Amino acid sequence: MTRLDPTEFTLGVFLVSVAAGFLGALTGLGGGIVITPILTLLFGVNIQYAIGATLVSVIATSSGAAAAYVREGYSNIRVGMFLEIATTLGALSGAFLATCIPASVIAIIFGVVLLQSAYISGRAREERSKRGPGSRLGALMKMNSSYPVGGGWEYYEVHNVPIGFGVMYVAGVLSGLLGIGSGALKVIGMDQAMKLPFKVSTTTSNFMIGVTAAASAGVYLHRGYIHPGLCMPVILGVLAGASTGTRFLVRSKVSVLRTIFGIVVGVLAVEMIYHGITGRI
Amino acid sequence: MCATEGEKKADTQGQVSQASVKDVFWSEKRIEVVIGRLLQLGVLLAAVVVMGGGAMYLFNGGEPASHYRLFTGERDDLRTVTGVVHDLPAHHARVIIQFGVLLLILTPISRVAFSAAAFALQKDYMYVVITLIVLAILIYSLAGHYI
Repeated sequence: MTRLDPTEFTLGVFLVSVAAGFLGALTGLGGGIVITPILTLLFGVNIQYAIGATLVSVIATSSGAAAAYVREGYSNIRVGMFLEIATTLGALSGAFLATCIPASVIAIIFGVVLLQSAYISGRAREERSKRGPGSRLGALMKMNSSYPVGGGWEYYEVHNVPIGFGVMYVAGVLSGLLGIGSGALKVIGMDQAMKLPFKVSTTTSNFMIGVTAAASAGVYLHRGYIHPGLCMPVILGVLAGASTGTRFLVRSKVSVLRTIFGIVVGVLAVEMIYHGITGRI
Repeated sequence: MCATEGEKKADTQGQVSQASVKDVFWSEKRIEVVIGRLLQLGVLLAAVVVMGGGAMYLFNGGEPASHYRLFTGERDDLRTVTGVVHDLPAHHARVIIQFGVLLLILTPISRVAFSAAAFALQKDYMYVVITLIVLAILIYSLAGHYI
């Protein structure tokens, strides 16, 4: 695929991005995580350009989707805004780190993060029923809120704010280092550590992804990672795929798709680690 | 923050009267809906600019897959906000795409700026400060090399 002429290359990247955006929106895992491996492994694109283009497409899908969740009242904006201090600082660190780590090491780290995503995609999501009283810091910072359940609103309290903040910093570093949204880790931080309801965690994570990615994007731009010729098909493809995927979401069985997506991610993970170790990336 | 209405049933502190909680709820919610629409508009605008530049780019020839094998970095004038804006009147395809990418990056940044204003309207100064810290980090990232 490395011999493609400009039109074939652009069309190929566009179609792959459509598929990634579509599956990413349907499974809730985000399409960003598979685009960089496909660009590098299949199209022979340098990992720095691939990361730059993917990161920009992550901003597009996150900003578009977040609006709907905010409207429905799921996102906790105070929690999101506070944690964005951690994710943006992490993203800056990660983006600077990306410019001084060898590409092969980045490929290996990418593979490990992909493996973890494949594992998560195979796990069931359940809402815990008892959460107990939250922390004082959460109350002090007016983070406790309620979210729509059935016909009414259910109240919840926020736990372990400092741990959540730490997890978010790591999520930011990974986002800046790998050009991904790292939504999965953000959800773990809010769902497991801060004990927010799952639906609140996923929607607040989505709200934060765009802002986190914007923090890395500036650094990427100055370092020359953002190549217009590559960004163009990736952005347009992911946007087209994701907006179609969101419409399908209501009337399709997601569990089969999650399994398929999980397998694809797993295979890409192994390939990335193998290519990284053998020094081909 | 959008769910304040439900909170009034569960919140035992009861510092605010029910009517005023409801007012805050609607104004907060309305602000958020407007911000959400602006975000979607920003993404749409960026996509249209990228698409226009992309059509020109392919029409002018574009670059083959082999161009992306080795990392050389994008040319210097396309690495900064001022550089892209300065080059824009020349209507070069790559500059136009890069301008669309900049619009996309600016969308979540303006979102944070709007949130700061929204928290200020609600007189929630702790969150005005938090939001301004996030905004400062974002501006540093985009314009840091000038500082």
